[in-house]
Amino acid sequence: MNAPVPVRDLRLALVGNPNSGKTALFNALTGGRAKVANYAGVTVERKEGFLTSPAGRKVSVLDLPGTYSLRARSPDEEVTRDVVLGQRAGESPPDLLVCVADATNLRLVLRLILELKQTGQPAVLALNMIDIAQRQGIDIDIPALSRELGMPVVTTVATRKRGIEDLLAAIDTLADAKAEHGVSAWHAPSAKEIRDSHREAERIIKIAVLPPKRPDTWTGKIDDVLLHPVSGILILLAILFLMFQAVFSWATPAMDMISGAFEWLSAQVVHYVPDGMLQSLLANGVISGVGSVLVFLPQIMILFFFIILLEDFGYMARAAFLMDRIMGGAGLHGRAFIPLLSSFACAIPGIMSARVIDQKRDRLTTIMVAPLMTCSARIPVYTLIISAFIPRRQVWGFINLQGLVMLGLYVAGAVSALAVAFVFRKIFWRGAAEPFIMELPAYKMPDAKNVARNVLLRAQIFLNRAGTIILSMMVLIWFLSTVPFKPAGAPGPAIDYSFAGMIGHWLQPLLAPIGFNWQMAVALVPGMAAREVAVGALATVYAIGDGQPGQLATTLSNRWSLPTALSFLAWYIFAPQCASTLAVVKRETNAWRWPIIMFVYMIALAYIAALITFQVASRF
Amino acid sequence: MNVQWRQLDQPQEIAAPAAGLIRLSDARRGDRGVVIAVSPAGINGVGSAESEELERRLLEIGFVEGAKVEILHEGFIGRDPIAVRLDDMRVALRRREAQGVLITLSAE
Ligand SMILES: Nc1nc2c(ncn2[C@@H]2O[C@H](COP(=O)(O)OP(=O)(O)OP(=O)(O)O)[C@@H](O)[C@H]2O)c(=O)[nH]1
Repeated sequence: MNAPVPVRDLRLALVGNPNSGKTALFNALTGGRAKVANYAGVTVERKEGFLTSPAGRKVSVLDLPGTYSLRARSPDEEVTRDVVLGQRAGESPPDLLVCVADATNLRLVLRLILELKQTGQPAVLALNMIDIAQRQGIDIDIPALSRELGMPVVTTVATRKRGIEDLLAAIDTLADAKAEHGVSAWHAPSAKEIRDSHREAERIIKIAVLPPKRPDTWTGKIDDVLLHPVSGILILLAILFLMFQAVFSWATPAMDMISGAFEWLSAQVVHYVPDGMLQSLLANGVISGVGSVLVFLPQIMILFFFIILLEDFGYMARAAFLMDRIMGGAGLHGRAFIPLLSSFACAIPGIMSARVIDQKRDRLTTIMVAPLMTCSARIPVYTLIISAFIPRRQVWGFINLQGLVMLGLYVAGAVSALAVAFVFRKIFWRGAAEPFIMELPAYKMPDAKNVARNVLLRAQIFLNRAGTIILSMMVLIWFLSTVPFKPAGAPGPAIDYSFAGMIGHWLQPLLAPIGFNWQMAVALVPGMAAREVAVGALATVYAIGDGQPGQLATTLSNRWSLPTALSFLAWYIFAPQCASTLAVVKRETNAWRWPIIMFVYMIALAYIAALITFQVASRF
Repeated sequence: MNVQWRQLDQPQEIAAPAAGLIRLSDARRGDRGVVIAVSPAGINGVGSAESEELERRLLEIGFVEGAKVEILHEGFIGRDPIAVRLDDMRVALRRREAQGVLITLSAE
């Protein structure tokens, strides 16, 4: 008679300082499969994964935002505090805390653990990055540490999945012991209590940790170059320049392949599906629409590859250091550099990562200017116009002119973001600057698997978007630009008679001063759903208008004047052509006021910039 | 003198820097020393609620009495912010916040 042993399900939460390897440990524990959602009421990302422990328990793991203290100052840290204290509505408290520590940097995390212990939660300590600690010859007396902290201690190398069995075994043992939750004695510590806990952490370190025999000298040497007032700035500029040149040169073969594949697919449809609505929907609506957006996937992946690589290497904090004074001049926090840099990929993660900024005003300013940074959804639009109107040649022998124009557009976005931030501060709040205090993590060799996983995750998010919003927008546009049908024998292209034609013609007088024709006006309307949709919309509008699908860039270079093209680029630097960004701003700020202000100021800037560009360019 | 200061465990009420003490914000690249007090109260342009918060922030990131500091790098505009070695870790902060940390300089 083998009655199955009843096992209770177990909920774990990972807590630790920023950069201690929580996310890596989360992936090692759960195999990287995570359920990503938001905490109720706030937009802090909630990442949960599942596994089965050796003892057969169904375990759920929650990855909490990194923090130095439970004394929360930002929404991120509030989530960590509330989950740990079991105060979060709709969130049952974890059964066990897994404290994640960077074994090479124990002081602050030990202090945090002392604070965590006051909550009365059973906990186990994962001494992560033990590989680096061993390389440096840091001698840690694990039994002593475990005794002093009063919790099991396990060593792990999260990126190599080492120590995971030991960690799970310790978790099972602790769960078997049915460790009771104590009563939480935690309260926000006073300055004196923080000093006391520091002293206690110091005492434990003296007992259990011998300083490194071969301390990491690389970080200091690399910093001498990367934080140097001259070479540091030059290298930062060089990295940004390389990044954008790479986005253009490396991606070309893959892009040619993708666009070739979609053309082939479209030709097959035209060949096999009889003439009519269905053929038109498939070839002109779905395939050419989605294809013209998907073709930018390689560029987006290259951009994220750089961002993730630099982040894992530890460079992002250095970039924040170098940029702080410039950002500070615009009234932004040095930390805003990271959200703004993420906004180069997409304003939505950028706006959401502004949560790392503790101060409400700094955070709001960052949110308000984030959409001015050139997000990857603009890349399709920019690339299209650049490839149609800017000659592909080298200037000064080695710089790709198209890449140079692209860089100029990025710079224009970044500079205007700083200028707008400055004006915002002057209009809305004139208080003192907020504190800028930030750890500079030791440099680390980026882990290839980790980088690949994150790049793929970003690609997947983009594809999901292409598969849902963009596909449905494409079908809608195809519908708008096909129905009502052109009456038999009527003159002009069919689209003139459709709904899209009507909207375009109606908007066109408003846009005439900035040089936009009605096809562009048509493309702008669905382009509100997402910027890159405008490319698909133009393809659809022109493909149908011409009655023959052709190379969009060639079509545009025949149909648009150069001033119109430049004006369109200027418009796209500023225009709030992204409904999801506005929705996220509403959610993040919890008020309609901010997305409305954002929409109004961005559309005003777009119109003015396009007007000036068109009028000036027309004079030449 | 260093040794003597390092024994000092409790934060002291230090209104103005006494002889041998400087604010971290006045230190220059290459300067080394030991944290004597963390007390942002009364520094320029910092209100009392803000200074209490700043004190705890400084403490939480590791600026605590007895910690060893060394100025590693200075920003390229106005030598601000500064990158500081703080015991075994590195921290970046603006000079404005660094005013709250009093250190004794040790000889090279
Ligand atoms: N050598 C080594 N590197 C590790 C280990 N664990 C994590 N890393 C690396 O450390 C870096 C930071 O890891 P993350 O998992 O992003 O850290 P985190 O705690 O989630 O950081 P935040 O999300 O910023 O709080 C990454 O580059 C990892 O690849 C380890 O055990 N050994």
